[in-house]
Amino acid sequence: MSTGFKLFTALLLITAFSHSYADAEYQALGKHAEQLSSQVQWHLTITPDGKGLPIGHGTAEQGRKIFALKCAGCHGPAGIGGSAEPLKGEVGSLTSEYPEKTVNSYWPYATTLFDYIRRAMPINDPFSLSANEVYALCAYLLSEDDILGKDQELNEENLPQVSMPNRDGFIAIYPDKY
Amino acid sequence: MTKPTDSRRQFLQKVALGGAFAGTFSLPVWAADKSNLAYDLPKWMTKPGKGFSNYGQPSPHEKEVIRWISANPDAQGNGVSWTPLHDLQGTITPNGLHYERHHNGVPQIDPTQHLLLIDGLVDKPLSFDVASLLRYPMISRTCFIECGGNSNSGWRSNPIQSKAGYAHGLVSNAEWTGIPLKLLLQEVGIKAEAKWVIAEAADAAALNISIPLEKLLDDAILALYQNGERLRPENGYPMRLVLPGWEGILNVKWLRQLRLTNEPAMTRDETSQYTELMPDGTARQFTFIMEAKSLITSPSLGMMLPDNPGTYQISGLAWSGRGKIARVEISADGGETWADAELHSPILDRAFTRFSLPWHWQGDYSVLQSRATDETGYVQPTRDALVQQRGQHGFFHYNAIVSWEITEQGDINHVYGI
Repeated sequence: MSTGFKLFTALLLITAFSHSYADAEYQALGKHAEQLSSQVQWHLTITPDGKGLPIGHGTAEQGRKIFALKCAGCHGPAGIGGSAEPLKGEVGSLTSEYPEKTVNSYWPYATTLFDYIRRAMPINDPFSLSANEVYALCAYLLSEDDILGKDQELNEENLPQVSMPNRDGFIAIYPDKY
Repeated sequence: MTKPTDSRRQFLQKVALGGAFAGTFSLPVWAADKSNLAYDLPKWMTKPGKGFSNYGQPSPHEKEVIRWISANPDAQGNGVSWTPLHDLQGTITPNGLHYERHHNGVPQIDPTQHLLLIDGLVDKPLSFDVASLLRYPMISRTCFIECGGNSNSGWRSNPIQSKAGYAHGLVSNAEWTGIPLKLLLQEVGIKAEAKWVIAEAADAAALNISIPLEKLLDDAILALYQNGERLRPENGYPMRLVLPGWEGILNVKWLRQLRLTNEPAMTRDETSQYTELMPDGTARQFTFIMEAKSLITSPSLGMMLPDNPGTYQISGLAWSGRGKIARVEISADGGETWADAELHSPILDRAFTRFSLPWHWQGDYSVLQSRATDETGYVQPTRDALVQQRGQHGFFHYNAIVSWEITEQGDINHVYGI
């Protein structure tokens, strides 16, 4: 094929495809990622059905000790009153004049608590906690407001079964009405 | 090159000497006739200026024009910085002044080590490196990005006395250039049951949030450039989502993964945050669209009106997550009477629109307000109407009319109306 003809072909393509990006001609450069997609570091999100929870277990008593060591600095020794957000108490306060949105008063799913602690806490050392430590911290916080029994062990099986007080408190604006 | 002759060398030496003793004895008397203009001109016209710079910086005389930082003292990467809207004109936010919201600092990402993975309910999971993405066809889109928590001090019972940008500047407007996300989603192949996409960031909060697939197929961009240059680290380098008109949290910076799913993940930032608690104790969730809003940036708090009476150019910004701004009205009497402001071109879909109106101030007590209407007919509410509808504990999505009180002395305060 002569250079002139190649150029002519290229110009034709530009004319034909330049009107819309949807029709643009481009080289697909994505690399097959089945293996990558199967790795645990690409499965950080935990859904309300418990999908993504690692195997592990912990109790409130274990969690209390970890909390004092790694969380109380920002969240306060009792999980309230520090520079970070209040975590417990105020269950039932959402309709009051001064509502407090704590984990226990506001969050609809306990799976979210595990998900968030594991990915983002402690804020100065994210991803440093073991699965057992995260279960223990969840058990501690939830048991403080009797959402979980004080002696009940939390694990990948029963964490999704925890019934949060504000489970039905959210009204989705999308997609019905913006 | 030829060697200079002796006479030329002597001449050069004389000139050098003359330069050192100019005006004393070496120059003839006729040279000192006082017609030299150096003393009549500013000093920067009489000496060579500074040399070139590899990356330009604002004038040192503008050093007060800065983002105002409000961060957690125990976790300095957790907080916000506000765009100084009151110091800016036009509609494009300079990259160094684009607002910031970080949950755990700005990650220092090496682009050669960064991947975007698209997986979940797809025909074939694919990963994309930065070098490959830079070869895709790109589009540019000028739009605002606004934090869902912008202007949240408006919910308080007393009006905050902060400058316009430092109360309402968690919104900025830029030209974003990147790949229509639709292209990448087509490449992985979308399974029929996919309805949501969990986006995840590569920061130290590993921020994750659920986004309707419909939006990503509509007008979302995987942005690589901001106002012509590669993204700033604090704005998502090397890549971020831009979802025109939707709240800032969804415009995920430092994007590392898009996982297609059939349901939202109910992450922390779509349940405990970015939801709006209503007076009945329920909370509005997935309130993605930023409603129409406007703000007078000048005159505004922190300025004053020097001439009484005097003529002032009222100027401000309006924007809507639903489309173009159709109208901005201005009141000088706290909403009793209104006049249409001029809307400056270009008036773009889901972007800042600059408005202005000359105002003859007669020295009397005034309350300046602006009220935006977008092309869908939505009218920016008064604060009373918004509080009536949502109560005072919604925290997010505050878009009420802002009132600036002008005293007889020309001072400016923030008020909630007359």
